[in-house]
Amino acid sequence: MAEEMRIVLRNYGKIDPLNIDEYIAAGGYKALEKAKGMNQIDLIEEVKKSNLRGRGGAGFNCGQKWFFANQANADQKYVVCNADEGEPGTYKDRLIMQGDPQSVLEGMAVCAYAIGANKGFIYCRGEYPYVVDILNQAIDQAKAKGVLGDFDIEVRMGAGAYVCGEETALIESIEGHRGEPRFKPPFPGVEGLWGKPTIINNVETFANIPVIVEKGADWYASIGAPSYPGTKVLTLTGDINNKTFFEVPTSTTIKEVVYELGGGVAGGKKFKAVQIGGTSGGFIPESLLDTTISFDAMSAIGATLGSGAVFVMDETRDMVDVVSKITKFFEHESCGKCAPCREGTARMNELVGKIKGGQGSSADITLLKKLGGVMSIACLCGLGQAAPAPVLTTLGHFAADYEDKLV
Amino acid sequence: MSYKGIIARYAEVPGGIIEAFHAVEKEFSFLPEEAIAEAARVFKVPAAEAYGVASFYSMFSTETRGKNIIRLCESAPCHIAGAAEVVAALEKELGIRMGESTNDGLFALEFTECVGQCQATPVITINSKPYLDVTPDIIPNILAEYK
Ligand SMILES: Cc1cc2nc3c(=O)[nH]c(=O)nc-3n(C[C@H](O)[C@H](O)[C@H](O)COP(=O)(O)O)c2cc1C
Ligand code: SF4
Ligand code: FES
Repeated sequence: MAEEMRIVLRNYGKIDPLNIDEYIAAGGYKALEKAKGMNQIDLIEEVKKSNLRGRGGAGFNCGQKWFFANQANADQKYVVCNADEGEPGTYKDRLIMQGDPQSVLEGMAVCAYAIGANKGFIYCRGEYPYVVDILNQAIDQAKAKGVLGDFDIEVRMGAGAYVCGEETALIESIEGHRGEPRFKPPFPGVEGLWGKPTIINNVETFANIPVIVEKGADWYASIGAPSYPGTKVLTLTGDINNKTFFEVPTSTTIKEVVYELGGGVAGGKKFKAVQIGGTSGGFIPESLLDTTISFDAMSAIGATLGSGAVFVMDETRDMVDVVSKITKFFEHESCGKCAPCREGTARMNELVGKIKGGQGSSADITLLKKLGGVMSIACLCGLGQAAPAPVLTTLGHFAADYEDKLV
Repeated sequence: MSYKGIIARYAEVPGGIIEAFHAVEKEFSFLPEEAIAEAARVFKVPAAEAYGVASFYSMFSTETRGKNIIRLCESAPCHIAGAAEVVAALEKELGIRMGESTNDGLFALEFTECVGQCQATPVITINSKPYLDVTPDIIPNILAEYK
């Protein structure tokens, strides 16, 4: 039986998020104190050993990343919290920031100490002005209490561009530019914000940090799937009975998420597909539901864990209709910097639209597959690389939905 | 407050042009051409670059629009929950199409992608305030708050 386990959401609904005293009474800021009593390298080793991997989608070992920034020589370093959360179907970072903002600040402060930074930014999406208010109040309270020491945190707001969640586009945006991704390398850990070594982690990643410092790497590494330990906050949407969020160990299977926690498909209908990780994730058919939600298990079936969005579709849903919304999304959100994505997302949307309108032929299917293959390797950033996944996975698992519409 | 005064407040903020644009939009609902030119001066970038920033982000508009900005989420979860019916109801109630503003300047109607309130689809926001589980019949009541 699948069960919830709350690490990131440990204080959610239990404390007043706008009262730092309640966070402290619940054990808050003890981890930061403990971290500051450790040697920086030992602290980073501990985070590395916990095998905490980024919760923003790329799954990079967090301690490893911190190590690069620690080693970089610079007069100024930055810690950035990625709160851009633009992946459709995702609202977990909002929950964390609304329910327990101090845990994010504490995680950032631990990172700042580890890499030697005194300035941090939280880049919060423009659609969440009410979260920005909460964060600013939380920062004011933390400053007034003096818990952050000389570490200063500033909140910056995005303005409605999905691509700004990509770390280098996010940096461009904080610098006041169009949010166009940079070429990598150099990676932000070496050359990031204003050219300085910068650590960018997701909200959920930072919220894990205080607990890891407090309870130790071994404890954390033993939870969930060994290659991607810990928990993941999932947000369930679509044709599911329990349209809500859950935090579960990463060893939980998709089937458990959909049928036990999610209460199964709504309205007594049959399951057709689930898309995990938001709009850029692959579509998963019933035959693969025994897969665990851990990062590598998902990659192995051609899907992604991504942001942890779980979008369920019942038997009545037409995959071509759903995918047409997604291809439109990518055409709209492509920043236009590189041709494979700028042109590719537009053509892909055009081809899917043509098939949806009953004008497509089998040659268009062949073209879609070829275009998708090229985009996934030729696009500059993760947006263009992932954009074909929903098309390619539905062509693979739900080919009939397309074929029924061909001329 | 004039756009000059608003922009001046952010002059010392590194990269503050986006924050300045947010503040201008809050007052004017869109970014007037003179405000973009003023921001270019204050942040010491070419006017083309300031315009490039203004036009990149979907929350910014370089054309006049209604005071209360209604945005309707058209991402997949809201789509399958019946966003199209909400579109039809809003268009009928306001007498305008998506992307337009009402003649009295009170409302602008736009599409948006996911606004992160997907626990209760379909979702619309008015001036960023979310309204959840929206159905055509509750639209008149929601709009009445802004009339
Ligand atoms: C198009 C695109 C959008 C992204 N959006 C987000 C986002 O909203 N939040 C996030 O944390 N990471 C996002 N990422 C991943 C970031 O680039 C980066 O990997 C992440 O912030 C690193 O933090 P982590 O190691 O803690 O996951 C996005 C990546 C791409 C390519
Ligand atoms: S892949 Fe798309 S979003 Fe990424 S840089 Fe190229 S055009 Fe921009
Ligand atoms: S999908 Fe519409 S609010 Fe998230």
